[in-house]
Amino acid sequence: MAVQILFDQDRCKGCELCTAVCPRGVIRIDSAVTNRKGYHPAAAAEPDRCVACGNCARICPDSIITVIRL
Amino acid sequence: MTVIYQKSTALTDRELHYCPGCSHGIIHKLVAETLEELNLTDRAIGICPVGCSVFAYDYFVCDMLEAAHGRAPAVATGVKRVHPDAPVFTYQGDGDLASIGMGEILHAAVRGEKITTIFVNNTTYGMTGGQMAPTTLVGQRTTTSPFGRDPAHCGGPVRMAELIGTVDGTAYAERVAVYDIPRLLQAKRAIRTAFELQLQGAGFTFVEVLASCPTNWGMTPLEAAARVRDEMVPVFPLGVVRDIRKEEAQ
Repeated sequence: MAVQILFDQDRCKGCELCTAVCPRGVIRIDSAVTNRKGYHPAAAAEPDRCVACGNCARICPDSIITVIRL
Repeated sequence: MTVIYQKSTALTDRELHYCPGCSHGIIHKLVAETLEELNLTDRAIGICPVGCSVFAYDYFVCDMLEAAHGRAPAVATGVKRVHPDAPVFTYQGDGDLASIGMGEILHAAVRGEKITTIFVNNTTYGMTGGQMAPTTLVGQRTTTSPFGRDPAHCGGPVRMAELIGTVDGTAYAERVAVYDIPRLLQAKRAIRTAFELQLQGAGFTFVEVLASCPTNWGMTPLEAAARVRDEMVPVFPLGVVRDIRKEEAQ
């Protein structure tokens, strides 16, 4: 399934709530990146496994995730 | 191309000042999505509390007011009586609503004010540094109960949804949580029901949301979410406490 998961990474606070609700383990914290706020932001590590459930975006307290099914 | 989820149009572009993993951001979203779905963004008027969510007026697109500590229901009463057709809501934490604002919230319910209150219960005073709140659990360590809350000294946690549910003027009272997706979706349904009943003039509507405060609990956001599930839910059971529609049907 072609899915686009867009992260506004500079607004991410690295809380990891999105990683816990992803049923496919798609999202992980990218510890190689430090954002403007000083956090390691969330990123789609395995976007091909995404089923477009939108759970990550739904629970993100800072509304930084947009999920689009192409 | 289908958008599965994007930020609600009822939220401004302002970055939230809340700590990482704070439930306020999630609950803001649920309120904003409800306003958007019911097409109320242009008409709604919200009242902010004192506490961490004091700046909520920067985050919602609709008109927002700021009230003195605990007095949001009193301000909302005035707003609703001047604008009886506007959807009016208060957004309050437990330090604000269940402590200094106990009189205001109970009497708003007693009068059956046609407003909606979103009550965020995280068992602590977040903004001022994690002091004991009326909702603090027995045994919970806070900066003002360093050995844990002792019920012999200061009582036990107050269950606001049950308390509000006993009042005749209350049309709807439910307690929900947002620690996982099923609970979050139920919380959204509860908030939507509360706004719908308000618009029907049914009476006072109240939704208590169990929230986490990772910073003041000294936990990671994921540990804090687990604490809500394992420690808070047994003391604050989830579910509908009062629904006037079911009572009328009987």
